[in-house]
Amino acid sequence: MIQKFASPARFMRLSQVLLPWMAGLTVAFAAVGLYLGLVVAPADYQQGESVRIMYIHVPAAWMALFCYAAMAIAAAVGLIWKHPLADLAAKSTAPVGAAFTFLALFTGAMWGKPMWGTWWVWDARLTSMLVLFFLYLGYIALVNAFDNPARGIKASSILVLVGFVNVPIIKFSVEWWNTLHQPASVLKIGGPSIHSSMLWPLLLMALAFTAYYLWVLLLRLRGEIIANKVRVLRLRRVHGQA
Amino acid sequence: MESLAAFFDMGGYGVYIWPGYVLTAVVLVGMLVASIRFLRSNEARLQALQAENGEPSGEA
Amino acid sequence: MKRKHKRLTFVVIAWGFLALATALVLFAFEEGIVFFYSPTELTEKKPPAEQRLRVGGLVEEGSVEKSGTIVSFRVTDLNNSVPVTYEGILPDLFREGQGVVAEGRLVGGVFVAAEVLAKHDENYMPPEVAEALKKSGQWQGGSP
Repeated sequence: MIQKFASPARFMRLSQVLLPWMAGLTVAFAAVGLYLGLVVAPADYQQGESVRIMYIHVPAAWMALFCYAAMAIAAAVGLIWKHPLADLAAKSTAPVGAAFTFLALFTGAMWGKPMWGTWWVWDARLTSMLVLFFLYLGYIALVNAFDNPARGIKASSILVLVGFVNVPIIKFSVEWWNTLHQPASVLKIGGPSIHSSMLWPLLLMALAFTAYYLWVLLLRLRGEIIANKVRVLRLRRVHGQA
Repeated sequence: MESLAAFFDMGGYGVYIWPGYVLTAVVLVGMLVASIRFLRSNEARLQALQAENGEPSGEA
Repeated sequence: MKRKHKRLTFVVIAWGFLALATALVLFAFEEGIVFFYSPTELTEKKPPAEQRLRVGGLVEEGSVEKSGTIVSFRVTDLNNSVPVTYEGILPDLFREGQGVVAEGRLVGGVFVAAEVLAKHDENYMPPEVAEALKKSGQWQGGSP
């Protein structure tokens, strides 16, 4: 079923249709989200205007985890069911996830300095997030380290699955241990503890980042599929002439 | 003008907020441009190969 | 069993063992992962004066006293409290009733802090809403 649904040829047709939609959604969500976040949303009763960093920090951190989860699912499907498109989806997600993790760490430092009084602390949340960044970098290095692409994919897929233990650690670090980082404001039992005037720009920016991820994923997947085709054609020509 | 200056000052937190937003924009646009280039270069390679082989240069 | 079923079983079992091993390691190293101790934990622990550690809790209402560049206040977890002295710049969020984490040494019952960090909670709202909630008595949040 998966084989039929996600054949590369079918993907090329479907992605061609989806690409302009993802581009449009990214721009639209980001435009409204930025306007609400930077202009309309009020200052926080405690943190003042500095709260506006939240509208990129939190969506970037969510995407860092979302991309890793997507990568782990794709890697598992690739390893177990040997689906080539899943392998390529994992490979195409890694740079986007790494970028979002970096941005979450950077904007977090920019927020931490004025509010906490420090750019960085080695608490459980910040440290586990840094580990996630290194997992992404490790994956990217490993997937390109082999002459045989299939072996690179296999080794790096195992790394992604092993590293997945870090995802629940990141999510629950703020509940399991004392941390300087605050506990969850939105995804928590009892509903969000964040006023709707601040929740809307946050959710819109999260949608913008999600649409952006899908946009870049489609672009990179198309590129990988065509690169594979080029490789096959070159091999065929070498063997034909030999 | 004054309200614009106040907007960029962000209650004194502008020096922390704006670098965050600007770097986010730079990284995300950079990743997008790199991905489009990656796709375009592979498309060009495929077309060149298909032209040499005398195949019709269709999509996928 | 088909080969893909074998691979699925292997991945699921191997991942289960990995998660279990990670949980055990984290449980064993809990002391090292905890970022700070509460005043209650600190009074029970009675650390030696040379040990550098962190204490966290709320800044007790009405306890902040400034004399020159030296600030003294009490950190409370509502059961116990520890007196803290600190010389230096306080973060913007340092307020009475707000979360705080101080790093330093416990010398003769007084915590001498080398660094003071502010810890905020997960509540976000405009000042008017915070004011209205406090007036109606629905919420006893920290002072703005």
